[in-house]
Amino acid sequence: MPERTGMEVSIALSEAVKMCKTDVVSAYPITPQTHIVEHLAELVADDEMDAEFIPVESEHSALSACLGSSAVGARTFTATAGQGLELMHEVMYIASSMRLPIVMALCNRALSAPLSVWCDHGDAMSIRDTGWIQVFAENGQEVFDMTIQAFRIAEDADVLLPVVVNLDGFNLTHVVEPIILPDQEQVDRYLPEFHYPYPLHPDKPVSMGTYAPPHLYIEVKKAQDEALKNSKQIILKAWDEFRQIFGREYNPIELYCMDDADVAVMAMGSINETVSLAIDELREEGLKVGQLKLRLWRPFPHTELREVVKSLKTLIVIDRAISFGGPGGPVCSEVRSSLYEHEGMPHVIGFVTGLGGREVKTSDFKKMVRKGVEQAEKGLEEDYEIVGARE
Amino acid sequence: MMASEFKIFTKRDVPQEEYFAPGHRACVGCGEALAVRLVCKAMGKDVIVSNATGCIEIISSLYPDTSWEVPWIHTLFENAAAVASGIEAGLKAMRRKGKIPDKRIKVVAMGGDGATSDIGLQAISGALERGHDLMYVCYDNEAYMNTGIQRSSATPYGASTTTSPAGKKSIGQYTWKKNMPEIAAAHNIPYVATASVGRPFDLIRKVQKGMQIEGPVYLHVFSPCPTGWRFKPDLSIAVAKKAVQTGVFPLYEGENGEYRLTVNIGELKPIEEYLNMQGRFRHLTDDDKQLIQERIKKEYEKLKAKCASTD
Repeated sequence: MPERTGMEVSIALSEAVKMCKTDVVSAYPITPQTHIVEHLAELVADDEMDAEFIPVESEHSALSACLGSSAVGARTFTATAGQGLELMHEVMYIASSMRLPIVMALCNRALSAPLSVWCDHGDAMSIRDTGWIQVFAENGQEVFDMTIQAFRIAEDADVLLPVVVNLDGFNLTHVVEPIILPDQEQVDRYLPEFHYPYPLHPDKPVSMGTYAPPHLYIEVKKAQDEALKNSKQIILKAWDEFRQIFGREYNPIELYCMDDADVAVMAMGSINETVSLAIDELREEGLKVGQLKLRLWRPFPHTELREVVKSLKTLIVIDRAISFGGPGGPVCSEVRSSLYEHEGMPHVIGFVTGLGGREVKTSDFKKMVRKGVEQAEKGLEEDYEIVGARE
Repeated sequence: MMASEFKIFTKRDVPQEEYFAPGHRACVGCGEALAVRLVCKAMGKDVIVSNATGCIEIISSLYPDTSWEVPWIHTLFENAAAVASGIEAGLKAMRRKGKIPDKRIKVVAMGGDGATSDIGLQAISGALERGHDLMYVCYDNEAYMNTGIQRSSATPYGASTTTSPAGKKSIGQYTWKKNMPEIAAAHNIPYVATASVGRPFDLIRKVQKGMQIEGPVYLHVFSPCPTGWRFKPDLSIAVAKKAVQTGVFPLYEGENGEYRLTVNIGELKPIEEYLNMQGRFRHLTDDDKQLIQERIKKEYEKLKAKCASTD
C-alpha cells in the first residue's frame, strides 16, 4: 500500500499544481477557494515553485491574465468559486473558443442571493455551455489526480481546450484527507512539457482573436463543438495512461454495485460518498440498487450512459442545482434527453437537493430512492422535487 | 533636464518600418488609425500587443485579414490590461525557465477611451499597481465611436453625442472629461505621457521612451474622429493641432513624478478656434464657450504649475 499523507484537499490540489511545474498562477481570493491561492502564493514565495503568481484585482482579470499567459505558451492555472466564476463568465467563452488550455479548479459554491459561501453546483451549471472540459471529483485523491490529468488533457495537441476540475466547496476544499502523493518523476513521465502550437511571439507574429462575420462564425463554432466532443477519446487515453503510471482508475461514469441493480442513483461530486453509504444500507435491506458517479460532465458521456443504464428500471438523478422554471435539475434533464429516443431506457426521476450547503444524509438518499422507485411504478407526479426544504 | 530629453526628433529619425498594414477598414481621416500606425512604427517589432474591443480591433482584424505585423491578441472590451499582465508574466516565467529565448519583449496593451477610462479602468489600475513591465496606450477619440458615437467619461463638456444629445434641456455632455493620465500617474508608475497625432515626432519620441522603461507606462493619445466629432476628414491633423494650441489637450510627460510640457505653446489660442471646427459643439452658446474657456485655462495653469514645481 503506498504511503498516504494527511492533508487538506486545497493544499493537495496546490501541490499537484506545483508538481505540474505550472508557469503562471493568476487568481483572486474567494471563499472557499482561498486556501488554494494562499498555498500557491506561499510555494512561489518560498521558491518551492518556479512560477509567476499574479495577484489580480478581480476574477475577470484573473481569467483574462490566464488568456495572455496561455497564449504565449505558459502553463497556466487559476482557481475560483461561486460569484468569482460569475464575474469570469464572459472570459470563459474566450478561453475555450480561442483554444487556450488553461486549467481551473472550481470550488463549487452556491450563487447569491441570498449570499451563501457553501456548496452546491449552481456555479458549475452556469458555465455548462461555455465549451470547457468539465470534470467532478468525489474525494481528495481524485482532486489531486484530476488536477494533474487536467493539464495533460487540456494541453494535448488534439484537444487544446481549457479544463475545469470541480471540487465541492468546504466538503472537499476544507477537509483533511489521506492523499497518496506521487513521485515527481511519475508526474514528469505523465505530463510532457507544454508546447503551444501558435504562441504569441515576435519571431513569428500571429493575430489572435480576430472577429468573424456571419459567413464564418458558425464554421468556427462547429469546429469548436467537434473539438470538445473529440476530446473524449483523449480523455479516455489520458485516464488509461494515468492508471498505468499511478495505478488508479478513472472513467466517465464510475459504477458501484451495478452488477445486478435494477435501480441506480446518479450524482456528481462529494455527495457520492454519502450516496454509497445509502446504497450499502439499501442493499442490506434487499433492494437491488446501484450507483452511477458522473465524473465527466463535458463532453457528456452519452454512449457510456446508455450502456450502463440499459438493465435498469429506474434511474434516480440527484442535482445540487436548479433550473428555475425549467425541467428541474440540469443533470437530470441532460440524462433524460440523452436517453429519450433510445429503446429500453429506465424511468428517470429527478431530485434537487443539497443547495447552499444543506446537509444531505444517508437517510435522505434512502428516502429518495424509495420515493423514486414508487414514482417510477406509479408514473411521475412532478418533473422534479426539491428535497430538504422546510414547508 | 533628463538625459532622455536631449534627443531632437526630426523627420529622418522616424522609423521607416511599418507594422500596421494599410487596407484596414477605418473611416477616411481616422485619427486613431494614424495614431496606431505611428505607435507601431515607434514600438518596433519586439512587442506583443493586447488590444481591447473597439474601433481599432474591428477595423484591423476582420477574419481572415489582419493589419497587424506584430503578434497581436484581442479578447474582450475591458480586459486588455489584464491580458497584457498575463502575457508579461508568462514571458517572464518562460524566459527564466529557458523555454523561450532570453530576449526582452515589451507588452503593449491598447484600447479606446471607453475601454480605458470606463469599462477597463479597474483592469488598468490593477496592471499599473502590480508593476508589470508593460505599456498601456489609450487612443482617445472622446466617445464610443465603434458603437455609434455614445458618450464616455472621456467625452468633453458640451459635446453632443448619441447618448448625450444636445437638446432643449441639454447642453450635451454635462460632465467634464475624466483626467485619465492623472489617474494613471496616481499609481506612481515611472512614466506617463500625453501625445497627439497632430504632433507625430513628439508622439514617436514618447513611445520610444516608454518602450525603454522597465515597468508600467501609460500613454494617452489624442485621436480626432471626423465621423463622431463632425468635421471634414481632411481636418483631422488640424483639429489635433488646434487642441494642443488651445490647451484643450496639452502635451506633457511625467517621469518618476517630474512633469514637463513637451510642446511649448506660449499663449493659449481662444477655445472657439477649436470648438467651431466641429459639429459636435455647434449648439454651444457664447456663454457655454466662455465657461469651457475658463475651465481649460484653469486646468492648463494647474498643469503648468505642476511642471514648474518639479522642473
